[in-house]
Amino acid sequence: MSLFSEVPQAAPVAVFKLTQDFNNDQFPNKVNLGVGAYRTDEGQPWVLPVVKKVEKIIVHDDRLNHEYLPILGLPEFRSSASKIVLGDNSPAILENRVGAVQCLGGTGALKIGAEFLRRFYNGSNNTKTPIYVSAPTWENHNAVFSSAGFEDVRPYRYWDAEKRGLDLAGFLGDLESCPEHSVFVLHACAHNPTGTDPTQEQWKQIAEVMMYDNPLIFYPGFASGSLEKDAWAVRYFVSSGFEMFCAQSFSKNFGLYNERVGNLTVVARDADNLKRVLSQMEKVVRITWSNPPSQGARIVTITLTSPELFSEWQENVKTMANRVLLMRSQLKAKLQALGTPGTWDHITDQIGMFSFTGLNPKQVEYLVKEKHIYLMASGRINMCGLTTKNIDYVAESIHEAVTKVQ
Amino acid sequence: CTRYSWWGGVQMGPPDPILGVTEAFKKDTNPKKMNLGVGAYRDDQGKPFVLSCVRKAEAIIAAKQLDKEYLPIGGLAEFSKACAQLALGPENEVLKSSRSVTVQTISGTGSLRIGANFLARFHPGPHDVYLPKPSWGNHTPIFRDAGMQLKAYRYYEPSTCGFDFKGALDDISKIPEQSIILLHACAHNPTGVDPRPEQWKEIADIVKKRNLLVFFDMAYQGFASGDIDRDAWAVRHFIENGHNIVLSQSFAKNMGLYGERVGGFTVVCKDAEEAKRVESQLKILIRPIYSNPPVNGARIAATILNTPELRSLWLEEVHGMANRIIKMREQLVAGLKKNGSSHNWQHVIDQIGMFCFTGLKPEQVERLTKEFSVYMTKDGRISMAGVTSGNVGYLADAIHAVTK
Repeated sequence: MSLFSEVPQAAPVAVFKLTQDFNNDQFPNKVNLGVGAYRTDEGQPWVLPVVKKVEKIIVHDDRLNHEYLPILGLPEFRSSASKIVLGDNSPAILENRVGAVQCLGGTGALKIGAEFLRRFYNGSNNTKTPIYVSAPTWENHNAVFSSAGFEDVRPYRYWDAEKRGLDLAGFLGDLESCPEHSVFVLHACAHNPTGTDPTQEQWKQIAEVMMYDNPLIFYPGFASGSLEKDAWAVRYFVSSGFEMFCAQSFSKNFGLYNERVGNLTVVARDADNLKRVLSQMEKVVRITWSNPPSQGARIVTITLTSPELFSEWQENVKTMANRVLLMRSQLKAKLQALGTPGTWDHITDQIGMFSFTGLNPKQVEYLVKEKHIYLMASGRINMCGLTTKNIDYVAESIHEAVTKVQ
Repeated sequence: CTRYSWWGGVQMGPPDPILGVTEAFKKDTNPKKMNLGVGAYRDDQGKPFVLSCVRKAEAIIAAKQLDKEYLPIGGLAEFSKACAQLALGPENEVLKSSRSVTVQTISGTGSLRIGANFLARFHPGPHDVYLPKPSWGNHTPIFRDAGMQLKAYRYYEPSTCGFDFKGALDDISKIPEQSIILLHACAHNPTGVDPRPEQWKEIADIVKKRNLLVFFDMAYQGFASGDIDRDAWAVRHFIENGHNIVLSQSFAKNMGLYGERVGGFTVVCKDAEEAKRVESQLKILIRPIYSNPPVNGARIAATILNTPELRSLWLEEVHGMANRIIKMREQLVAGLKKNGSSHNWQHVIDQIGMFCFTGLKPEQVERLTKEFSVYMTKDGRISMAGVTSGNVGYLADAIHAVTK
């Protein structure tokens, strides 16, 4: 008789199962448009040249050892990471009311934020506080908040499937009608999975409605492109006087996926509130992972704090962003040239790594089973999976799926 | 514009007692000051020690120019396999029949956390975790936060500064069936007091009689006696004895990989099919915490464990670290004897691993800190790693001064 005989087999995480199926597929022209990791035009992972450079620096620096980092992480990492999202001259930083916790990737940052909120927001241990996540959202958001104990994780309207764009009216409507003290999880840019972001004007409207109710805001992720442009929404909210948490990931923009580099930036009303918040976050960290891993944080810190390396990094980021933009414009052009039914403007209107194609589950199934093109059931594709070599095949296959399968 | 803050009601968190020791130490200007608080190994110059096998492994890894793609949720496969083999022995029947699962974790803390979460969700018996009295300070908050209840069994005997074997057996024999008992595999933290093999055998028997789930915490394999097999003896004995244990391992100390966060969590199951089910659930627990673990330290550890010359070098170096600690213990006691101390300090030599429960009382600890700038935790625990041939004499003088 075993203690674990009743443990059920859990379903695998969809996105990883997709990659597994892709790996097992023998078809020579298979394409993986699943997992969100950057790929070169040869379909290969890309270690950023600046990262390779900095890793060499680290390996040869005899002064470095493997001692524990402080519980909240490497101090220079935390401050330089917060600076890139808020801006070097952010008034909040100058007012000493910005702090941060180094975490294990964006997931880890969300986790610490969620655990803190459950303990200290809206009373104490209030698991009934509604947590609003966009419809749709990154599939792990739900699990992060529910595993932190929140019982009421619900969607706010976001993606308009018919017009293949932002459902602003629905979004604002849900903001206006939400219970007091709800928490909203906002994607700062490059919305995952839709790639659809509010415009600056739309962000202003969103901020205005929130100002009225003032629920706490919580930002996940941070993608490529211009740092200032990508961080515009966050900075706007900060300058509007919001307190917030910002969960940053360096997985994609530094290509440091497996080093688990993330930062939870905290913008508080003042230094005293900040201090108390960080002291409690420290307690949460201590019972979760004690202190964070040093390698990735070192790489990011050395890069961000050296003007030369920082420029080089920005160039590397542009390289990735530009390839994605190129694939977007080429895919749209090819679909239009094929006369594929429907409008395909959303492919170039959307931003970041992902695109919500608008393909329905049946069409997706067709692509996976008949064409060996792997994408999420939601119709989400990773633009990085496209290359100049496979884009024709993908465009033609999408054309087939749309015309053959309703 | 003064506005309301969401965090007005958040209290300042209590300071960490051990970190507090280090903070005070840093501020002290006495050139003879000693930090015997935190548990990280120091060489005989009092400096952090990066193992040669680690540097060599890093060079090998750097040359391979590997990518940075996400690891699987359960971590680097070569690491998890080697981690399990290190603990259980490569020929262990459990490994041969694939009836265990090992996931890579964020060092020992992360391993305990995942283990606690797993038990909270799936353990069919009482959710009571029995810790030895005393235990590592972070055990309680970890299990509590996961939703488990904490209880204790007698362990440390203050009058002998040794193992309260009778008390332990007595308490364990009364633990309700199917409860969870946490055992330190070797180098008990904070006391340094370990059961002898014959005592472990009796503990294993009574634990079996009570049908308890055994949670082994092994943070110091190799670091205690200097011999990895000897340090894993209790874990292996329990398995041989028919216990399907759960096990946390850390490579922070024995490979000096502290900040890289390298650890493993193992569940020994009935059979391979059960191990697969358990593995799938561990992944579900891991994903919403950090998605997948950091690669750097695990690659270093795997390279060391799986490369024969590096593995041999590692075994030598870990033996060296353990030996230095043992020597410091002997020198401290010799120093105390030389000073004419009338107390019995045998426990300093009998205890094992990084820590030593000196038996000093809080007032004596306070005097040590105030008068001699010797920093340690209030419970009288010292980290032997902070003792060097250069300062052991001073320490012996200081301890003698406050205890004579």
